[in-house]
Amino acid sequence: MTEYVPGYVGTVTKYVFVESPHMTPGELALRAYEVSFGVLIKETCFGLQVTGEPEAVDSLIAEIRSFDPNHIFIKDRGFPPGDPRRCRANLGGARPGYLGHEREFRLLHYITHGLKALEQGGEMPETAPSPGKKPGLDIRRLQELIDEES
Amino acid sequence: MAKVFIYPATSLILSDLVARFGHKPLGAALGIRERIQTAGIDSPPLQITPEEPKRGLKYAAVEVPSGVRGRMAIYGPLIEEAEAAVIVTEADLAFGCMGCARTDELILFSLRQSGIPILELKYPTNDEEGVQFVAAIKKFLDNLSNGGEA
Repeated sequence: MTEYVPGYVGTVTKYVFVESPHMTPGELALRAYEVSFGVLIKETCFGLQVTGEPEAVDSLIAEIRSFDPNHIFIKDRGFPPGDPRRCRANLGGARPGYLGHEREFRLLHYITHGLKALEQGGEMPETAPSPGKKPGLDIRRLQELIDEES
Repeated sequence: MAKVFIYPATSLILSDLVARFGHKPLGAALGIRERIQTAGIDSPPLQITPEEPKRGLKYAAVEVPSGVRGRMAIYGPLIEEAEAAVIVTEADLAFGCMGCARTDELILFSLRQSGIPILELKYPTNDEEGVQFVAAIKKFLDNLSNGGEA
């Protein structure tokens, strides 16, 4: 074990995902650089990672959201960019956590649709997509399993 | 602004919607960031030390595997801090080893026991459900802002 000296202390890192027919991650990065004011910006295949002082990042995020509010999605990240424990340059293959992002990325157009409907101010549905109850194990099937094992 | 625990704790969609509607999402990134930015003894691949399972004893008994207790050292304080929770059940991206799976069960149990307002729903699978999903979260969070029971 060695002494651990953390980097980027006191900063926050956020992911910016863009799923838009009007803007690519490259274009988003260019526009974000124009208003970055000292925030570290890293372009990725899905959008950006931004790292900096909390106030500066919050202000940048507010600006970035305004570019295309219904197609830009943001979440916190624990690790700073390029951290050797997570960066795929060191590990190879997909970064841990990427597959979860990829899974949710496919659902973003439904969320965009919902946000647009909300923006248009129509009548909103009262019900939420409720989780269905999974059927339990049938008692006869359980008996069969017990009989097979015994 | 209420502190809202999100489950799955790494969810991009929930993190974005909670922040977008003016509240603070409490997800895994916050707990991880705190550890990443704290100096100590290096314990790759994460900045998780042997102290974590001891801290996790507050949330799980000593006979519970250390992997669960270590994870609860991250999630437990966030659950205590939370004033509400949004849970997506049957999230197919929320899976993992037994440590993750049992921790997920304990997180859900702890949230339901805590008595805070909880919204449970499932991920949208079409545009209509996308509208329902966004509307349900907005309504829940608006009720929190108004100080009412969600």
